[in-house]
Amino acid sequence: MPKVPGLIKGLGVTLGTLGKTVTEGAATVQYPHEKEAPPVRARGVIALHEGNCTACMLCARSCPDWCIYIEGHKQLAPPRRAGGKPRQVNHLDRFDIDYALCMYCGICVEVCPFDALFWSPEYEYSEPRIADLLHDKDKLGEWMETVPEAPALEAGAQSK
Amino acid sequence: MSAVLAVEVPYWGQSLLRVLGGLVAVLLPAGTIVYLFLFKMMSFMQSRLGPMEAGPYGSLQLVAEVGKWMQKEDLAPENADRTIFKMAPLVVLVSTFLLVAVIPFGPDAYFTNFAVGVFFGLAVSSISVLGILIAGWASANKYSLLGGLRAAGQLIAYELPLVLATLGVVIQAESMNFQEIVVAQNTGAIFGFEWLGNPFIFTQFIGFLIFMIAVQAELTQAPFDMPIAESELVSGYMTEYSGFRFLIFFIAEFATAGIFALIASLLFLGGWGVPFVWFDWNSLDDVSWWMNLVGPLIMLTKMLLLTFIIMWVRFSYPRFREDQLQTFAWKVLIPLSLANIGITAILKVAV
Repeated sequence: MPKVPGLIKGLGVTLGTLGKTVTEGAATVQYPHEKEAPPVRARGVIALHEGNCTACMLCARSCPDWCIYIEGHKQLAPPRRAGGKPRQVNHLDRFDIDYALCMYCGICVEVCPFDALFWSPEYEYSEPRIADLLHDKDKLGEWMETVPEAPALEAGAQSK
Repeated sequence: MSAVLAVEVPYWGQSLLRVLGGLVAVLLPAGTIVYLFLFKMMSFMQSRLGPMEAGPYGSLQLVAEVGKWMQKEDLAPENADRTIFKMAPLVVLVSTFLLVAVIPFGPDAYFTNFAVGVFFGLAVSSISVLGILIAGWASANKYSLLGGLRAAGQLIAYELPLVLATLGVVIQAESMNFQEIVVAQNTGAIFGFEWLGNPFIFTQFIGFLIFMIAVQAELTQAPFDMPIAESELVSGYMTEYSGFRFLIFFIAEFATAGIFALIASLLFLGGWGVPFVWFDWNSLDDVSWWMNLVGPLIMLTKMLLLTFIIMWVRFSYPRFREDQLQTFAWKVLIPLSLANIGITAILKVAV
């Protein structure tokens, strides 16, 4: 009977887990009572650093399910040097992400050339009304506080 | 039972006591098993805590679940044979209540004291097959029908080793009466060593193993849960049931687990008794009245021990294949139990 040791081993595994759960506690977390800390680089919510955004629309165009809404207008900004011509810049009027549509692929964060979008590990933003999942640029800006520090650059890397 | 408190109880009072006692004897083991083993032990074996919100440590979870099931709609499929469809869970539950009728919990604490209690118990335990079969048939659903037929095939196949394993005990105890089997175990002696009595688990160890395996299959607990195999048959014969009727199937499943554990403890572990040598008792009449109170507690402890093993196996092993199940019953368990009967009979006559 070569199968018997495996059978007994199987019983031992379940009983061992039982004992371990009783003595050392379960592997699970009682969620609403104690919050689970996600990994630092978890994809929880996308934060917007509004000052860096140039309304270039790259993120909105690369979004697979079109959940980013951007509106902007051109306006004149003071020249960089005294006596120069006024510069033309894009001003961001609206930047919304619809988290009811977002699939957390992160392409927008990757594609942004100006470091305006960041991942935050925050995950508690469910809403009773689905329309409230459309986060405007003020709300997306608030998420910036939860964005973790960028990892240190490698030795020899150039920084601006 | 009427003489428990040395008070004459009128017949209607006795009947009422029996009904209440039967309800307690069916529902208390079922509730204990579900909370202690199904909710907590299974969770711990999977490194989680199980229900924690309803009551301290989730102890009122069962009340919440029953409340949930009671308020669900009592649905029946359009093509179902309605009368039979609605009757089926009750037939299964009746089998459970009939089983508990022959189980003694103490020298006087029994519902009925059949001369052939073992025979009656084994006979009524197969009524549940009828309930399951008509549940599968009346649902007008191919998954239910397959589940019902699988259950019928499985329960009939495993009824045989169950009966044959019991026969070894009956031969050794020279009685089919549960009380006499209990007395035989507690007055006996192994190799002249009287202190432990003679629980038949030692002399009938093969019989005990066969009995427990067959019970596992009779209860359709994993690894023998093909009739309700959720990955193949949705939920087998229970697929179309909702609310109250599903609850009855659920209670019957775990109450029957408790009652089969009680029967196994009567047949193999010495039942409600303690070895009579401890208190210088010689026969059933010598047993003190307080055994009527201690006996049920001893039975409950033994039941919990045996249901722990049943549930432990259930949570550890994956499901058999349908043909392996039948092969195992007909080619392994039945020859083994027949050999067990033969050897027991020869030893009984020769020694």
